[in-house]
Amino acid sequence: MSLLHWAVLAPFIMAVFVPVLRKKAALIHTGWFVLILPIVLFGTFLQYLPVTMNNNSVMQTASWIPSLGINFTVYMDGLSLLFALLISGIGSLVVLYSIYYLSKTKESLHHFYVYLLMFMGAMLGVVLSDNVITLYMFWEFTSISSFLLIAYWYDRERSRYGALKSMLITVFGGLMMLGGFLVLSIMGNTFSIRELAAQATELNEHPLFLLAMILVLLGAFTKSAQFPFYIWLPDAMEAPTPVSAYLHSATMVKAGIYLVARFSPIFAFSGYWFWIVGTVGLFTMVWASFNAVKQTDLKGILAFSTVSQLGLIMSLLGIGAASLHFDSLDDNIFTTAVIAAIFHLINHATFKGSLFMVVGVIDHETGTRDIRKLGGLMSFMPITFTLSVIGAFSMAGLPPFNGFLSKEMFFLSMVQLMELNLFNIDTWAVLFPVLAWVGSVFTFIYSMIIVFKVFTGKFQPKKLEKKPHEAPVGMLISPIILALLVVVFGLFPNLLSYSLIQPAAAAIVPSIIPPGEQLYVNIYFWHGINAELLMTIGVVAVGILLYKFMPKWVRVYEYFPGKITLNQFYNAGLYAAERGSNAITNAYMTGFIRTYLVYIFAFFIAALGFTMWAKDAFRYDASAVAPIGLYEGCLIIVLLAATLTILMAKSRLTSIISLGAVGYTVSLFFVIFRAPDLALTQLVIETISTALFLLCFYHLPKLSRHEEKRRFQAGNAIIAAGVGIIVTLLGISAHSSKFFASINEYYIENTYEKAGGENMVNVILVDFRGFDTLFEIAVLSVAALGIYGLIKLRLEKGGETNENK
Amino acid sequence: MIETILQISLLLLAIAMIGLIYRLIKGPTVPDRVVALDAMGVNLVSMTAVLSMLLDTSNYLDIILLIGILAFIGTVAFAKFLEKGEVIEYDRDQ
Repeated sequence: MSLLHWAVLAPFIMAVFVPVLRKKAALIHTGWFVLILPIVLFGTFLQYLPVTMNNNSVMQTASWIPSLGINFTVYMDGLSLLFALLISGIGSLVVLYSIYYLSKTKESLHHFYVYLLMFMGAMLGVVLSDNVITLYMFWEFTSISSFLLIAYWYDRERSRYGALKSMLITVFGGLMMLGGFLVLSIMGNTFSIRELAAQATELNEHPLFLLAMILVLLGAFTKSAQFPFYIWLPDAMEAPTPVSAYLHSATMVKAGIYLVARFSPIFAFSGYWFWIVGTVGLFTMVWASFNAVKQTDLKGILAFSTVSQLGLIMSLLGIGAASLHFDSLDDNIFTTAVIAAIFHLINHATFKGSLFMVVGVIDHETGTRDIRKLGGLMSFMPITFTLSVIGAFSMAGLPPFNGFLSKEMFFLSMVQLMELNLFNIDTWAVLFPVLAWVGSVFTFIYSMIIVFKVFTGKFQPKKLEKKPHEAPVGMLISPIILALLVVVFGLFPNLLSYSLIQPAAAAIVPSIIPPGEQLYVNIYFWHGINAELLMTIGVVAVGILLYKFMPKWVRVYEYFPGKITLNQFYNAGLYAAERGSNAITNAYMTGFIRTYLVYIFAFFIAALGFTMWAKDAFRYDASAVAPIGLYEGCLIIVLLAATLTILMAKSRLTSIISLGAVGYTVSLFFVIFRAPDLALTQLVIETISTALFLLCFYHLPKLSRHEEKRRFQAGNAIIAAGVGIIVTLLGISAHSSKFFASINEYYIENTYEKAGGENMVNVILVDFRGFDTLFEIAVLSVAALGIYGLIKLRLEKGGETNENK
Repeated sequence: MIETILQISLLLLAIAMIGLIYRLIKGPTVPDRVVALDAMGVNLVSMTAVLSMLLDTSNYLDIILLIGILAFIGTVAFAKFLEKGEVIEYDRDQ
């Protein structure tokens, strides 16, 4: 166990102590204690910066299940470090924010911080694991803790709905991903991601390669809310705002991005990867930004915008796969896409985190998040306004903020696609920049909505629950830090370029970098008037126009009928699955034993009949048949007549008497076949059971006692005849195919010599195989006790007895 | 010689069983059937006796005794059931 192992496990350990802290130190907000941990972790991870900057990595293994090759292996390279810093850094800010956001007295804080710490540990585990099974374990931990966090206010119906939805979708993806991991580990014969990546070329030619890729991508797409799995994210907005800021903008939804980036060395050489990741990402980006404009809830806008930005990053990662097909680093234009993806990932975490916190502030100080009720808050909340301007303008891609730079690089990557002559892209290439541009226009519009609909326009005090005022300082610290980062990264992007971005990008496309060289990362503001700058100017111009005339065209959204939205499909699908399975279950679970017996017997006939037919198992061999006496024939007639009477009798009493006759005849057969002990027992037992049947008959209720003939049912007759025929055929076959001599010679020889008895049946029962007898005695005792219990113990409803009545 | 005679008597007894089973099925009343069952018991005694002669064994003698007892008990139980509606009555003192 190394330092990194403890770093992953520390949040879990801390989570154990949170309830104690909450109870013992109730005067201090629990968040203050929790805050220490992510700050310490952040500091710890910073120490790894020099290691990864030189493109080195740290790998440490702790045994977990070594016999199965499953170990808790931590692996720290540029990509892991970037995510670890994001998780611990934004984690600290979110904890700080939550201290002011959540009330010490009204909320159950210990739940909140336990779940949040669980999530943080799980997320660190995801990004630091090298073993796919460990990664999967932490992955499911994030799903579960996210489920708990979304339903934090569990008494609200919408919270529970959102939590369930996100749980179902992400766990579905998680299970698919596990399947992908297992396929991968079968292909590569290892659970280690590094070892898998080392044999990427062989894996590419494996027949299961595509299956593994699609399964792993399903996991990534569900977690990162890509089309069509994005629907859980807007409903997850019922969580407390710190949770939304942390999970649903900065960390959890980026787990899918991380997965795609981490598995790029394995999969990205394939053309399918380029197409699937690139197009799904781009389509998600356009679709979500288009839908974000029609939202009226601020968190709804931010949720869709998160989906859209994640799609952007995803599409960049997909396009970055094209860089693997170039030979030399110098003319490799598609490394830009990878670098842009990493850069935008950082940028998105900063500005989206701050925007969520700003929305939380607005909600906290006005009591609503509905943009139709808000307006004119600029003069009441100047700091919040400034923060939201920075965040939203960065999101829209305006200079001088960092969003501008990554958006430019995004455009550049898309435009460069037109020069690509791989993967049959040809004429389709022109669609990529067009779609990217359209998505950016909508992004611009909803970013403006966030700022101007809330802070400018008419102030409507009557619609607000509280009198708005500026938030407490503590609540503003975190968004201010994030907004500062937005500006700093915007003005001095090269702070990041070789410290974080280059190592992370190198981890995504390691195969194209020769030893000792580095990717060339240079992000700068002014790079001349070129296509991407013109595109940005176009975005701003068209965006402003569309925003101005929004009331005129907003009716477009009404043309999308609510019935064909994905949510509708999800709900209808869930409903149909529930109803369908109910209907199926109700169709065959009728509650009648008769039906179940029909199933059992029908299966019996089908299985045995099919086996006999398929294996050609029927044998008939008359050589071992003994001669039949005439009197035996007569007795068989007696037996048959009595049996048929049981079936046909009108009165139950006749049936009981006939059953007695059958039993007596059987005992006569035992006599004929020389089994005196059996005949004795059979006679006694038959008499007793006939008496018991009489007892039952006497106690039949008067009302239903009327005697009527059993109705004939063709199905029953067929099944009964089928069972009879099958058993008869089996009996004949078994008798006709004896392969070994019987063991009975041994008993005949040794009954007297070894056991000292003359009655062989009895000697077998009590000596050679006395154990069976012991347990048959036990069966009889249990039956007797059971009958006694049934008769004597009569518990009424509510537990009262009427034993003495 | 003796074996043939025994075989013939067995056959006759079996035919008698068929007659009894006819009565048992046909009825028409329950006492008819009970008497048929009782007679079947007696028939069983005879058949067992003949069979044990035929097989030259004395192992079946206790079966003969048992059938006698059981047929008696069974018939009495049936008779009591038909007469009183129950086989074992409750002790009135309790």
